[in-house]
Amino acid sequence: MPLFPESASTIANSIDYLYFYLIAVSTIMTVLIFSAVFIFAIKYRRRSPDEIPAPIHGSLKLEIFWSVVPFIIMLSFFWWGAQIFFESASPPPGAMDIYVVGKQWMWKIQYPEGQREINELHVPVGKPVRLTLASEDVIHSFFIPAFRVKHDVVPGRYDTMWFTATKPGRYHLFCAEYCGTEHSGMVGWVTVMSEPDYENWLTGGGSEGTMVQQGERLFQQLGCSTCHLLDQQGRCPIMRGVYGSHVQLQDGKTVLADDAYIRESILNPNAKIVAGFKPDVMPTFQGQISEEGLLQLIVYIKSLAITSAPGTTAPGAAGAATTGGGPRPPAKRTQPTGGKK
Amino acid sequence: MSTAIQDPQTVERPNYLNAEYGWKSWLLTTDHKRIAILYLISITLMFFVGGIFAVLIRLELLTPQGDLVNSDTYNKFFSMHGIVMVFFFLVPSIPATLGNFLVPMMIGAKDLAFPRINLLSWYIYIVGAVFTLAAVVLGGVDTGWTFYTPFSSSYSNTFVITAASGVFVAGFSSILTGLNFIVTIHKMRAPGMTWGRLPLFVWANYATALIQVLGTPVVAITLALVGLERAFRIGIFDPAIGGDPILFQHMFWFYSHPAVYIMILPGMGVISELVTCFSRKSVFGYSFIAGSSIGIAIIGFLVWGHHMFVTGMSMYASLYFSLLSFLVAVPSAIKVFNWTATMFRGSIVYDTPMLYAFGFIGLFTIGGLTGLFLATLAVDVHVTDTYFVVAHFHYVMVGGMVMAYMGGLHFWWPKISGRLYPEGWAKFAALLVFAGFNLTFFPQFILGYLGQPRRYHAYAPEFQVLNVMSTAGASILGLGYLIPLIYFLWSMRHGPKATSNPWGAKGLEWETTSPPPTFNFDKTPIVTEEAYAYSHKQEVEVG
Repeated sequence: MPLFPESASTIANSIDYLYFYLIAVSTIMTVLIFSAVFIFAIKYRRRSPDEIPAPIHGSLKLEIFWSVVPFIIMLSFFWWGAQIFFESASPPPGAMDIYVVGKQWMWKIQYPEGQREINELHVPVGKPVRLTLASEDVIHSFFIPAFRVKHDVVPGRYDTMWFTATKPGRYHLFCAEYCGTEHSGMVGWVTVMSEPDYENWLTGGGSEGTMVQQGERLFQQLGCSTCHLLDQQGRCPIMRGVYGSHVQLQDGKTVLADDAYIRESILNPNAKIVAGFKPDVMPTFQGQISEEGLLQLIVYIKSLAITSAPGTTAPGAAGAATTGGGPRPPAKRTQPTGGKK
Repeated sequence: MSTAIQDPQTVERPNYLNAEYGWKSWLLTTDHKRIAILYLISITLMFFVGGIFAVLIRLELLTPQGDLVNSDTYNKFFSMHGIVMVFFFLVPSIPATLGNFLVPMMIGAKDLAFPRINLLSWYIYIVGAVFTLAAVVLGGVDTGWTFYTPFSSSYSNTFVITAASGVFVAGFSSILTGLNFIVTIHKMRAPGMTWGRLPLFVWANYATALIQVLGTPVVAITLALVGLERAFRIGIFDPAIGGDPILFQHMFWFYSHPAVYIMILPGMGVISELVTCFSRKSVFGYSFIAGSSIGIAIIGFLVWGHHMFVTGMSMYASLYFSLLSFLVAVPSAIKVFNWTATMFRGSIVYDTPMLYAFGFIGLFTIGGLTGLFLATLAVDVHVTDTYFVVAHFHYVMVGGMVMAYMGGLHFWWPKISGRLYPEGWAKFAALLVFAGFNLTFFPQFILGYLGQPRRYHAYAPEFQVLNVMSTAGASILGLGYLIPLIYFLWSMRHGPKATSNPWGAKGLEWETTSPPPTFNFDKTPIVTEEAYAYSHKQEVEVG
């Protein structure tokens, strides 16, 4: 019977240390209070029915002491917890991307290389992995106890989380936000593999091509390509170089073209009109494209980014774009998130 | 019929119980004490309804496969358990029963300020309870007590609107009780009963009333919006029709976190009364205990976001909510330290109510300290939505609040019923409750850090042993609650008659007879001393 979970990510140990610190302080506090209550209860038990103890009305010094000192100790919890929380908020540059779609009641995982899985996540050991999370229906929560990471998967938007696995093995994957009938069946496994095993595994699947290729196909099928031309101005904004750039809008504002912006522009085209264009030209694609398809389109558009635009965490990589027409996913891992190598 | 001990003072004397007879005299009463009894009966029924669901949950979790009932049924079990226990037992528990009975008496008043509104609030509660029970009978609701959107508004196929209406309606009952208490405490204190002399139980109920009046409308609005979205597809929370699901959580927790303090503050008030009486000592740090109730009521409104650290809320919002959550722990800690200090050099006896007070201090300490784990950002990410949270809030709500409620019920039972309960059985039951409680919920902290998510019908096999321990504990706990039900009922007919002050306690409620007359006092008392003046010369009656 396990009493403590495995630690299999870089962050797991630092959270465990903080947890032990909290347990230590709590144990000391509990023992102090319990022994005070216990000792007083024994020592000052009523010995004769009519004894009347002298009144003690309080002590300002003591009140200040036991308000301020615990609060200072609590500030150390706050500080330490916030520090880990902040460090773990954004992935290191060059993290590899994997895309997760939650739906009642399964996890659908797709890899940039084109593999798709259900309720199984494969990651290499020692490499930062960034998950982009989307939901098709209700709120889910992606929880890997051995990694000490959890993030809600909220419909209508993208969330991201990341981790670096440290130990090969198989670990639980749970849905942690109640999502209906088979909530407790929305579970799976995370397999952490050594780098060579992972490369090997990657070459196994992906008969539909890479996510970029899948996205490019969708771009044609849905007719996006008739108005959004790649390299010259059509009826709608040019696609090459959009991702990661700051887009000037009709109302004078600018917006960073990130995943959320692309998603919104596909589902609700009138929400943000690019300067120089008219509203109501583009129809909405709400309900006509799956969450997975949206992610493929975004990965495709991301691959069209030209340079590493400043201010983006995930500039597109030229490498991924050049594989766009390739017949099979390359054995060598492409890095759509670019940056290094 | 036992006539062993008869207090000549109370024999034949008209009291609120024998003043009138017949069901009309109860259902149309405006006497706060009779309304307290109506509430006591209703919330006891609801407690056992919620308890039956708890039993079914624990039975299902004996095995990891989820083989007792199907998952839809299990999901309804925990949803109904939560809705019934939170909104129909914990929220009204102490204010509507002990508070209703005692607040007017403790301040030397004849009744609450608005006796008819008091009766109305009970009827509203009953209407709310009927809606909720109707939802159970019709087929249940499976949203969890938190009604998270868009699941509740767009996806669940159960009786969401019926159950939410029950909660919506019951909210008005809570608001009216709070309003009544605020006005009563402001305007109807007896001569000499200054704010600085108010019993701490009254301070606690006052702080609770503030939260009830200010917070409850928000949850009513929130649930009404869920109903509108569900019935008319008006896009508020469901992103498929233009809503924001996280908005729901902000609105829900804006009430439901302060509601946690609605549930625990009155319990803290009870503990202040018990610790002083059974230590026969004036309270240590009166103004700090009183002030900390108000502090909790205010800061409690500013911490709701700590339920939402993994929703993708802004980092800076998370920081703010984390910091303030630590701040709100300070007033609770102040109370625990002051109760402990009150025992110092006291004259302590271990009657049943005091055993419950010991239990409260111990379990609430653990519940409070584990709350600090949840306020710590990085740790919360791992343990939120796991059994760690389940264990934490049961330590506060059951280990804290229900302990205090049971302690208070035993303490004031002689006043309420005019009879004494059997002390031996009561001590035995109190120990069962304490042992059963810890066996039920302590393993859940371990399960939570191991990663067992809450609201799971089936779970990973390696979690089974701890779950079996939990179920075993729950059966002991259940027995611990059944025994008092039996002996309280028994004592109403067969218990020895109680004197007006069987514990030798201080407080105006002990200066009138047991049970009190309809208007509480023969003449309005005049208060000349502070609360808990146990060192003043007094007659000690041993009950």
